[in-house]
Amino acid sequence: MENRFLITLEGLGALLAELKGMGRTLIGPVVRDGAIVYDEITGLRDLPAGWGDVQEAGRYRLEKRDDGALFAYNSSPMAWKRFLHPPALTLWKARRRDDGFRIESEAQAPPLHAFIGVRACDLRAIAIQDRVLMEDRFRDPHYAARRRDVFILAAQCAQAGNTCFCASMDSGPRATQGFDLALTELLHPEHRFLLEVGSEAGGRLLSRVPHQVAGEADWAAALQATENARAQMGRHVDTRNIKTLLYGNAEHPRWEETAQRCLACANCTMVCPTCFCTAIEDHTDLEGSEARRVRHWDSCFTSQFSHIHGGVVRAGIASRYRQWLTHKLASWQDQFGTLGCVGCGRCISWCPEGIDITEELAVIRAQDQNGAGEDA
Amino acid sequence: MDASDPLCPRPAPVRAVHHETADVFTLILDVSAIPGGAAFAPGQFMMLYVFGVGEAPISISGDARDSRTLAHTIRAVGGVTRALRNLRPGDVLGVRGPYGSAWPVAAARGRDVVIVAGGIGLAPLRPVIYHLLRRREDYGHINICCGARSPGDILYTGELQRWREEGDMQVMVTVDHGDPGWRGQVGVVTELLDRVRCDPANTLAFTCGPEIMMRFTVRKLRELGIAGEAIHVSMERNMHCAVGFCGHCQFGPLFVCKDGPVFPWPRIAPFFGIREL
Ligand SMILES: Cc1cc2nc3c(=O)[nH]c(=O)nc-3n(C[C@H](O)[C@H](O)[C@H](O)COP(=O)(O)OP(=O)(O)OC[C@H]3O[C@@H](n4cnc5c(N)ncnc54)[C@H](O)[C@@H]3O)c2cc1C
Ligand code: SF4
Ligand code: SF4
Repeated sequence: MENRFLITLEGLGALLAELKGMGRTLIGPVVRDGAIVYDEITGLRDLPAGWGDVQEAGRYRLEKRDDGALFAYNSSPMAWKRFLHPPALTLWKARRRDDGFRIESEAQAPPLHAFIGVRACDLRAIAIQDRVLMEDRFRDPHYAARRRDVFILAAQCAQAGNTCFCASMDSGPRATQGFDLALTELLHPEHRFLLEVGSEAGGRLLSRVPHQVAGEADWAAALQATENARAQMGRHVDTRNIKTLLYGNAEHPRWEETAQRCLACANCTMVCPTCFCTAIEDHTDLEGSEARRVRHWDSCFTSQFSHIHGGVVRAGIASRYRQWLTHKLASWQDQFGTLGCVGCGRCISWCPEGIDITEELAVIRAQDQNGAGEDA
Repeated sequence: MDASDPLCPRPAPVRAVHHETADVFTLILDVSAIPGGAAFAPGQFMMLYVFGVGEAPISISGDARDSRTLAHTIRAVGGVTRALRNLRPGDVLGVRGPYGSAWPVAAARGRDVVIVAGGIGLAPLRPVIYHLLRRREDYGHINICCGARSPGDILYTGELQRWREEGDMQVMVTVDHGDPGWRGQVGVVTELLDRVRCDPANTLAFTCGPEIMMRFTVRKLRELGIAGEAIHVSMERNMHCAVGFCGHCQFGPLFVCKDGPVFPWPRIAPFFGIREL
């Protein structure tokens, strides 16, 4: 079965219009406040044509390109979790009655979304949150309702940012699953898109817009784009025995050193596409007849996160940074059978102190205490 | 109310409120209207919701054989637990659960049992005692060691007396600080362990209380010759959801809500001593 096709720029426009025509809200990349973020788009014209980004530890800057590329940027400060696992969400409402109160779930069908331009690392991040919120002992009905019918048009990376390390985490740069359609943007000799079909829904959509079967040369160009991205990858992590390395270095002096820099601002957890932690807040109206339960993103960097009667468990910032990093790379494996980091680099670019997870890991490995990261 | 939504509490009326100590009380909840509502295993907990105030994880402290009500023994320490203290018979609260792992009571058959409780930690252990009492002859020596801050803080004093007199159990109580009327033991709960009657090779031990108390308890039990696998510990962590979504209750690789709160000692031993984990 043919699985690789070519569409033109107009073809992509038609494809987006079809998706919209099917009643879907398109969420895609747009330029706003000096960054590329994801928001509702109406079609091709809203995409960030000719914009790229430059990222470094603690730095993010947009840069104009002269080639009109639509998908030539890297990790956005926004992750797709905003739409699947919203930053604030009403879980249920309770109303007082004579005989007590009645509770009604707010878990209901959200708008039908189509995600436009999802990167390989972010596809993996979505799969990881699926595992946490839908495929463990309990199923989060709110996440499941948002996740169920979302259409995903992935965008293969043709370039990598300086803070990217998906290749180390085996989550990119080439997306191979988790999408309905995946495009590779080809700029030469003319602007076109190679499309891979990942699902029946993707195939059906493609059949409704003008397309042609891709030739060997087009496929080779697409693979070359991926190799270019791999070669540009600005960061690297050695993941060998990373679980035992981190468990065995819980008392490493590096945690205290990094805590001297870390502001516990929680930026890293907010931008991370896999961080899922939340807090619950209860609200009542003025008469006290209606109560609402709201769930919002929380962060293991806050002190309240671990408070119990008798005190805060993670009183120092060192233990919070250790919790975050150890969860991502070690305990996540025990809990969910995967790494909790996909190498998107967001936490590096958006840390005001430029604290770099790859550097922290390298230091701990270089100063490994008791040989915890060595082969058994 | 949506039965498929694990985050939605169901209403349950308060049947009775028992005053235990100055800041501890027991709520008896009628859950007969909730399908399967009262079925739980000793050691499990519920999320209790006070209208408009919030939810708190609270262990079940009653008899697992009672199919219509749930008992919860609660210490008022903050927002939700103080609001729970204001409830009166007939008031309605919300419940979700039961959640979490259980004490392995079935494994106690034919063995000696050592129960070590600190303060409110006796509450999740009371269902174990009810279970053992029902077929007392199935077990060997049963030892209950309780520690409390002061004589006024001792929970379930009437029952402790009955268990001692009629239950063929060795019930020992100690307090951190005595008062003029106190003629019992003063000191930490681990000192009581010198007097337990058990065959260490054939003993099961259950402990719940402040972490520091549990650390010394486990050390002492090990010194007595009880194997790590025979020791079970109930952990407390901050908890918002009880179903593994909120992330707050993580303890190393474990979620206290779904992997715990009751853990066999070897499972948590690698993480127990690490500061601020
Ligand atoms: C599995 C499990 C079972 C439990 N079983 C029982 C039980 O059977 N009985 C029982 O009484 N308790 C039990 N608990 C403990 C109980 O859940 C807590 O005491 C309760 O959640 C406290 O909620 P609250 O709203 O009343 O107090 P909160 O308002 O949350 O306050 C709790 C304590 O933390 C302090 N605090 C509040 N906010 C902060 C902050 N930001 N920083 C630092 N300190 C703060 C308060 O001063 C207070 O001492 C259990 C806990 C777990 C996890
Ligand atoms: S830990 Fe950092 S690099 Fe890894 S997925 Fe999260 S934000 Fe991306
Ligand atoms: S590591 Fe950086 S982004 Fe994360 S909490 Fe610390 S200062 Fe903030």
